Amino acid sequence: MAEAKAITQPPTGLQRASDSIFRGLCYSFAWLSVLVVIFIVLRIAFAAAPAVRQYGLGFLTTRTWDPNRDQFGILPEIWGTLYTSLLALVIGGAFGVAAAVFLSEGYLGGFVFSLLKVFHLEFHGLWGKLPERVEDILKNLIELLAAIPSVVYGLWGYFVVIPLIRPLCNWLHLKMGWFAPFGTDLSGPGVLPAVLVLSIMILPTITAISRQALVSVPPKLRMAAYGLGATQWETILAVILPTAARGILGGILLAFGRALGETMALAMLVGNANLISLSLFSPANTLAALLANTFPEAHPKEIGVLMYAALVLLGITLVVNMVGAFILQRASAGVEGGK
Amino acid sequence: MKIPHRSFMFLAAIITVSFVACSGNKSSSNGVRLQGAGASFPAPLYQKWFKSYSAAHNGVQIDYQSVGSGSGVKSVIDKTVDFGASDAAMTPEDMAKVDGGVQLLPMTAGCIVLTYNLKGVTGLKLSRAAYAGIFLGKVKKWNDPLIAKENPGVSLPDEPVNVVVRADGSGTTFVFTKHLSAISPAFAQSPGVNTLPNWPVGTRSKGNEGVTASVMMTPGAIGYIEYGYAKSQNLPMAILENKSGNFVAPTTESAQAALGTAQFPDNLIAWVPDSDAKDAYPIATYTWIICYKQYHDKAKFQVIQDLLTYCVTDGQKESEALGYIPLPAGVADKSKAAIQNITLVPNAG
Repeated sequence: MAEAKAITQPPTGLQRASDSIFRGLCYSFAWLSVLVVIFIVLRIAFAAAPAVRQYGLGFLTTRTWDPNRDQFGILPEIWGTLYTSLLALVIGGAFGVAAAVFLSEGYLGGFVFSLLKVFHLEFHGLWGKLPERVEDILKNLIELLAAIPSVVYGLWGYFVVIPLIRPLCNWLHLKMGWFAPFGTDLSGPGVLPAVLVLSIMILPTITAISRQALVSVPPKLRMAAYGLGATQWETILAVILPTAARGILGGILLAFGRALGETMALAMLVGNANLISLSLFSPANTLAALLANTFPEAHPKEIGVLMYAALVLLGITLVVNMVGAFILQRASAGVEGGK
Repeated sequence: MKIPHRSFMFLAAIITVSFVACSGNKSSSNGVRLQGAGASFPAPLYQKWFKSYSAAHNGVQIDYQSVGSGSGVKSVIDKTVDFGASDAAMTPEDMAKVDGGVQLLPMTAGCIVLTYNLKGVTGLKLSRAAYAGIFLGKVKKWNDPLIAKENPGVSLPDEPVNVVVRADGSGTTFVFTKHLSAISPAFAQSPGVNTLPNWPVGTRSKGNEGVTASVMMTPGAIGYIEYGYAKSQNLPMAILENKSGNFVAPTTESAQAALGTAQFPDNLIAWVPDSDAKDAYPIATYTWIICYKQYHDKAKFQVIQDLLTYCVTDGQKESEALGYIPLPAGVADKSKAAIQNITLVPNAG
């Protein structure tokens, strides 16, 4: 018995103990993160309670923010937050999904391949790897957009985007001022520069997740579509995109969440004026920018109101996520039967 | 089992080393360390003062955090600092919250200028009605008769006036709105005096640097910033009409002329929202350091008295180079005398 060397042996007491300690740690850390969220929400709600009692729902529907008269309303900020985020989502979504299709369909690789073919290098040991490499580089470049700090985006928007688009915006206002989105002129910071920069900021999220979804579409679906005589265009639009819809929507949702909460770049670009306007060139304000700008020097009475605003922002993101989850369920229920 | 063992030893070594390093650090600097926090406007000057003071006095270390006037007052009330600083002084209610009391000392002064972005226009003159109208959103075009009247021979464009104001609460805004409220009843009614009022016009940017960047990037823009900042960046500054109807450019002399008219009560809080001196630049203000009236630590007490005396005497010579307005002689003397109100109260609970 003592000499028999068993391959297996029962766990020692130490192993058991460390096992259960490890499990306990995992549990407690998992619960801790949940508790932190609950704690944050409760703390904000607690700090906001006096303001909620005092201003009630009128806080959400009035437009004035005047500490001198104790009038506080965040309708312009709610409008600005949703308006900029949705517009950014439309632009960023279109470009992001297009970029993901471009990357996953091998357009770039194909182009490089045919270029190599001209020089008869397409199966060369070293050069033959080029198509994949080029695609990899492009993919990484787009993902690198996510690594740029928010404040750098803000500065870039300020010193590059605004002067760049101003002449066009003011020309549009002059010629088509009757059209509400062009209703004012662009002086400096405003909705459009904020939206453009925001759409670039959310692009990597959309592209990375959409690409992943597109790549994981089963090849047999594509083959079947081609076999039925569909063109590449038809295959992408009617087969591949719908199959990957769940992942793409997931990416767009994550991006929406980021856009809603984005603070620094927007605080620099949106103009921070409490206006409600359909105009793309008018300054606006967002909840996150309001919080960031007002908190450091807020009067004690203002802090409760700002906490209320924070609670509203939290609520909006929650609703967006819930609606998103619902859409995802519906979308995936329709598609996954085809698997 | 060997590897964890080794890493454990390594960890222990690190802990020991850092512990030794920490304790070594502590024993080597058995001097005095003061913590201050508050207004960002005088921060460059304060930092310069504190640095030269520390250099001249071995073992004294003074940290100043420019967190804004409001936070400075908050820290004084919460007693998380040894002294605070504020552009908006301190309200009597806030002062009552500190047991033992606080002593405010005017330390330096500054003025607020209007910087603008108009191609080919220098020395823009603005009447009181004109600049109050601009920040009320009533003067909308640069070729408005109110502006044109005072600038004969200057070709003012038929373009919108793009007003830029501060997005963050600030002492600068407080002083500027105090002045506008003094000269314009309409402004006093709404938006009124505040560190972050409900501006009827304009886009908003954060900080002096944000407003400056916004004005410089936007044709036809005008915004208010601190004189020292505008001077260091070589920005155009509007010439403003003062109470006696003269047009005065912002300079150290014209600001001192305005500041000299301030009447200081015992608490040394005085405003000059609209000086009536003939050659005064209209928007000037003092800024204060807030001390406790009672200190319990003898070393801290001695350093703070000595430091503040240095600031209001020799320190004043350094302020102009940094774009601040040195205290008029009478005011510096008052500050110096008030430093004696700070007392040492040992053994307090």
